[in-house]
Amino acid sequence: MTFTRRFVMAASAAAIGLASFGATAFAWEPVKPVDFVIMAGAGGGADQIARFIQSTAEKNKLTSRPLVPNNKGGGSGAEALIHLNKTNDPDHTILVTLNSFFTTPLRQENLGIDVMTFTPVAMMGVDPFVLWVHKDTGITSFEQWLDAVKAKDGEWVMGGTGTGQEDSLVTTFLKQTFGLKMKYIPYKGGGDVAKDLAGQQINSSVNNPSEAKGFYASGDVVPLVAFSDERLPAFPDVPTIKEKGYDFSYYNQRAVVGAPGQSAEAAAYYQELFETIYNTPEWQGYMESESLAPLWMNPDEQKAYWQLQIDRHKELLAKMDQ
Amino acid sequence: MEILGLLGSGLLEAIEPLNLALIFIGVTVGLWIGAMPGLGSVNGVAILLPITFLVPPGSAIIFLAAIYYGAMYGGAISSITLGIPGASTAVATTFDGRPLALQGRASLALVTAALASFVGGTVSVLLFTGFAPALASVALSFGPPEIFALMLLAFATFVGLGGDDIPKTILSICLGLVLAAVGYDEVSGAPRLILFDISGFLHGINFLVLAIGVYGIGEMLWTIDSTRGSITMSEAKLTVKGMVSDAKEATRRGWKGTTIGSLLGFFVGVLPAAGATPGSLMAYGVTKMVSRNPREFGQGHPGGVAAPEAANNSASTGSMLPMITLGIPGSPTTAILLGGMVIWGLTPGPRLFVDESEFVWGLIGSFYVSNFAALVINLAFIPLFIWMLRMPFTILAPMIFVLSVVGGYAAVRDMHDIWLMVVFGISAFFLRKFDYPLAPAVLAIVLGPIAEPTLRQSLLLSSGDPMIFLNRPVAGPITVIAVILILLPLFKVIRNKMRGQKMAA
Amino acid sequence: MRRGEIITAGILALLSIYMMWKSTELEVGYIRGQGPGGGAWPFWLSAIMLICTAMIAYNWVRRTSPPSQSEEPVLDAEGRRMLIQVGGGIVGFVALINIISMYGAMAVFLFYYLWFLGRHSLKLSLTLSLVSPVAFFFFFEGLMRITMPSGMSFTQPVFNLLYSIIY
Repeated sequence: MTFTRRFVMAASAAAIGLASFGATAFAWEPVKPVDFVIMAGAGGGADQIARFIQSTAEKNKLTSRPLVPNNKGGGSGAEALIHLNKTNDPDHTILVTLNSFFTTPLRQENLGIDVMTFTPVAMMGVDPFVLWVHKDTGITSFEQWLDAVKAKDGEWVMGGTGTGQEDSLVTTFLKQTFGLKMKYIPYKGGGDVAKDLAGQQINSSVNNPSEAKGFYASGDVVPLVAFSDERLPAFPDVPTIKEKGYDFSYYNQRAVVGAPGQSAEAAAYYQELFETIYNTPEWQGYMESESLAPLWMNPDEQKAYWQLQIDRHKELLAKMDQ
Repeated sequence: MEILGLLGSGLLEAIEPLNLALIFIGVTVGLWIGAMPGLGSVNGVAILLPITFLVPPGSAIIFLAAIYYGAMYGGAISSITLGIPGASTAVATTFDGRPLALQGRASLALVTAALASFVGGTVSVLLFTGFAPALASVALSFGPPEIFALMLLAFATFVGLGGDDIPKTILSICLGLVLAAVGYDEVSGAPRLILFDISGFLHGINFLVLAIGVYGIGEMLWTIDSTRGSITMSEAKLTVKGMVSDAKEATRRGWKGTTIGSLLGFFVGVLPAAGATPGSLMAYGVTKMVSRNPREFGQGHPGGVAAPEAANNSASTGSMLPMITLGIPGSPTTAILLGGMVIWGLTPGPRLFVDESEFVWGLIGSFYVSNFAALVINLAFIPLFIWMLRMPFTILAPMIFVLSVVGGYAAVRDMHDIWLMVVFGISAFFLRKFDYPLAPAVLAIVLGPIAEPTLRQSLLLSSGDPMIFLNRPVAGPITVIAVILILLPLFKVIRNKMRGQKMAA
Repeated sequence: MRRGEIITAGILALLSIYMMWKSTELEVGYIRGQGPGGGAWPFWLSAIMLICTAMIAYNWVRRTSPPSQSEEPVLDAEGRRMLIQVGGGIVGFVALINIISMYGAMAVFLFYYLWFLGRHSLKLSLTLSLVSPVAFFFFFEGLMRITMPSGMSFTQPVFNLLYSIIY
């Protein structure tokens, strides 16, 4: 009888196994390709991350229908937000965001977009900002940089991605806190800024580490100060602005959100999907090599974070207009 | 010598059986993607990324190069046979390719395009091999004022492309430049020129929306109307002998354009902000300028096909240079490629050339082999394309319309743009009736988004002083040449007028 | 043609004025120390367009440009019919996309053009208008991973079936 008993046990174990497998199978699954909207044009940092996520999902065969990248960067992301707001299929529409998710609706109120109606999915990480100069300037510390900018009396040239963009908020902070005068040249993307810094067309820039690290590796550009809460593991010798005694930090969010009106089942599916992607060795490796900081949050925490960011950006934008 | 060794091993890797098979598949797929109006090498490379997990990275790169080259060749096919430039790089190819096809000489145009592309690809690989690191620093020294001066030069080279009616030509250029400004002002960060407050204009007007509207719908309507629908582009049956004589004619009349295109295309392609499109336009303009019979251009001169095709192929290798040596994407295609490198675990940037030299030279080697494969496959497909042109026009026309709408949607993914395309198409039909040249508008909408921001960035740099375009060592001479070239036709007009008056007196 | 020439110039002039007016939402002048404002580029280029239309009108008065000399109609009866049938067909095609999906609209348009305008045989027209959408579907959705509009919700079951085939 032992045989039978063992057999029954094995069978029931198998049954439990099957049942638990059935439980992990999803209550909802996409039935058509998922519109994977990117809040930036092809080739930028956000685009690169989106395509990395897509290929990670593809490589590990995580989705039954493909994520189809769809670049909608127009109007500083307004195009993407409008697209999500009016989609007739919110269950198959998700968006890769950056901070223009907060700033664009604030700056263009006539769009009538309330980001709090969007569906939280996953916070894949936050991208810190670093102040860079060209090595030929001879500047190696933040204090020297301050002196150099002051000495130029308004002729110092800062590059960035445009008024109201993430890096310009940091630049505004620097200008106002230290009473600096400088020119600000807007470019299409962070990559162009990094290139023109390496070519010495501009004197300094506020770039994400991922954008400037190629030129950092070759020694063309030098990081001076990081606008993060802690020192960045990739740049252990670079002090933070907090260490300098100024309570300021600023990150660009790399988050995935669902369209407004997404069903709870679909949202649960995407939340689980992106948690799986987040935990893949590919994504963890990407975060490390691109100096992204982890900031994993559950959906409720994400919503609270959004509110916090909206309030903060209102304040920062108001300062910029002064 | 070390470089040659590395390139040699790259070449050897490319002709292994698996890789060779991938090259042939890739080129064939790329050719069809490129021949589809609206789709280009960007789409080809984007679909490749997931596939790269199935084969080793080395083969993935080779596959990618094959698709890239196939698509570059394919762009010419849609310009010549359908009259629709499938990508901005192939706009200039329509100027003479289309007239040739309408004269029943599509095979000459296609053979010329294939040969010129091959030469352009070869020259660029040689230049790349010899001068990559030196050119990388040239690319870095081009800031906003230099790029703007270059755009001025591009405008100068095609100022003569319009019709005889000067106000209509200027209007067409300005229209293209204004449409290019729709959407978003990069400098102030504010929405701009959102026509009739329709939110679809927020993302601006994609070049393809205008190009497909003008060529795929407007020109087609015009052709149907002016020929009363009884047009056939039939051609004597294509024979091997015919193709050989085409090749001879292509060589004889196209060598000059090919040479100019190969060199100019490469150097302009190297500059990250410029890329292949200005290169191909300038090659066309310069070839026309130095030709002994400039009047034949635009009527179906093989040189007018050879120059832009040699240039865009040469430039596509050229645009790899900033990507590989500096980690800067020069075009959307190279941007996606860069993403691919990150996925493969490589770090793009100035160190790549040193740290991953095997990868770099493998890529260049496979470019070269793909280029050769593309030539062979392209020539083999020419009879098929000619056969398609011999279909009754009442089958060809609806197919072109369908391709325009589907291809347009694939490029922009927004119904708003498809409606806009129809509006442009029908307006273009009427403007064409009244002798408005529209090619300048299409070119202007490509160059506008490069020219305007660089102009304003430059003036911000100089605190509003326009002398910045003259007193910088590189920008200065380019600006001077451009201004002279722009004023030259004007001088001619004035001189002719004065002569005319003297005669009258 | 002669009347058409001046009407076209007039429409273009109105368009230029509209774009100039629209450009003034941003600064159109030269900001001291910064160069031109955000609206300057489109504003002044539209102004040049306006001047060009004035020149076209002047040439019209002098009758120097070919269209201003021609007394031919812009569109004769045949041309008008063509524009309504072909141009209207394209407009109908695009309008149908949001209702019966890109592929459905494509089939209808091809059939309309081939059978009704092209007067091809029913067999050929039907074959081409049914085979092409299927071929396009596999090319775009299968190979290129580009999702085309699927129209209103009643087309969903068909698409779900097709997607389960290709993925």
